[in-house]
Amino acid sequence: MQIQIATHSATPIFRQIVDQIRRQVTSGQLTMGDSLPSVRQLAKDLVINPNTVAKAYAELQRDGLLESQQGRGIFVAKKRTIYTKAERTRRLDEAIDRFASEALVLDFSHEEILNRLSSKLEQLTHEPG
Amino acid sequence: MNPDNAIQTFGLTRYFSKRPVVQELDFAVPRGSIVGLLGLNGAGKSTAIKMMLGFLTPTRGSSQVLGCNSQALKPEDRVRIGYAVEGHFLYPWMRVQDCEAFGRDTFPRWNRENFYSIVDRFGIGTTQKVSWLSRGQRAGVSLASTISSDPELLVLDDPALGLDPVSRRALNETLLDFNDSGARTVLISSHMLDDIERICDRIAIMVAGQVLVDCKLDEFRSRIAAWSIESSTDPGLSGQIPGLIHSHRRTHSWLVTVANPNEATLSALDQLGAVSCESAEITFEEAVIAYLARSRRSDTFLTGARAAS
Repeated sequence: MQIQIATHSATPIFRQIVDQIRRQVTSGQLTMGDSLPSVRQLAKDLVINPNTVAKAYAELQRDGLLESQQGRGIFVAKKRTIYTKAERTRRLDEAIDRFASEALVLDFSHEEILNRLSSKLEQLTHEPG
Repeated sequence: MNPDNAIQTFGLTRYFSKRPVVQELDFAVPRGSIVGLLGLNGAGKSTAIKMMLGFLTPTRGSSQVLGCNSQALKPEDRVRIGYAVEGHFLYPWMRVQDCEAFGRDTFPRWNRENFYSIVDRFGIGTTQKVSWLSRGQRAGVSLASTISSDPELLVLDDPALGLDPVSRRALNETLLDFNDSGARTVLISSHMLDDIERICDRIAIMVAGQVLVDCKLDEFRSRIAAWSIESSTDPGLSGQIPGLIHSHRRTHSWLVTVANPNEATLSALDQLGAVSCESAEITFEEAVIAYLARSRRSDTFLTGARAAS
């Protein structure tokens, strides 16, 4: 697992870790059962406070992406839905808002945007849309 | 004193002639944490540290360190505290290995392996003479000497000053190693805000002798918000924005930083009648600088470890 963090960022370090692991899970770079470095190990590798890593792992566990197995370590969890449909829709809309406004500013047609989006989805999920 | 705190101060105050350098300092360093003490030069950081460690008598107030009154520390209390001063003083005629032998003969508990592993991390040869070393390497030897005496608490006054990037990384690694995931305590004063962001659990910001912020680093970040405001006049001068920290002029706008924003903040911003006002993302460094840049002293969120205890 590759994680890089930057100081001088508007994104706190723990949030950078959460985002990168989340991305690696959704893109399939990390799959169910893969083990992650321990809190101590990742903190050492990144030269950051271990509590920062612990906070990131805790959030990912709460969201159901990671699970801790007693005495064995931290693993990528089986995919399961932990949010209600309404909450998932709300989060999707939030992501779409950001994406759509940035895409439109770049002056692409609706069709071009949709085409790029569906090929990205294919690439990320390996499922032809 | 709360036994969960390695250091705690009670209204600690110090005047130099008529000038108050540290004023009514109520501050705590919880055991097992790494706390960053931030502030401009002359804000009173070193003076506060010297009083906490009993090297300077307070004009008023008191402080405790590892459960003992700072002003009555016995030698057996002092060996539990590692203190590295600004500038990393070492005897120039010694070789690095002599510094190790000197430490071994001086301290009752001495970890020789630890000394050599820290020195190695800073890339220093053990037969090198202290007077040949770079500033970063001297910092390494000084830190190795302090940490190898196996203290429970490490107090470092601006250890990163003038260090090269490799030595700074070695310093960060050494401090995280020493803290050992919360087994031992570190208080570090520094201007290197990106190092502080990496390694600290908590921060305290001193401005003109007073602590304005004392909380967890993440909490600090989440409680400060900023807006980019286009306006012909300084929105900070309106006197209407609750929790205002600082208003900074940029080319076409003002960056306004606010602590604990709420409904009242939003409606105050709305009533400014500015050309535009949008929320802006800021970095840890910008948030700290906002505090340091403001000259005004006023109240702020002081959710310190001491306040909570």
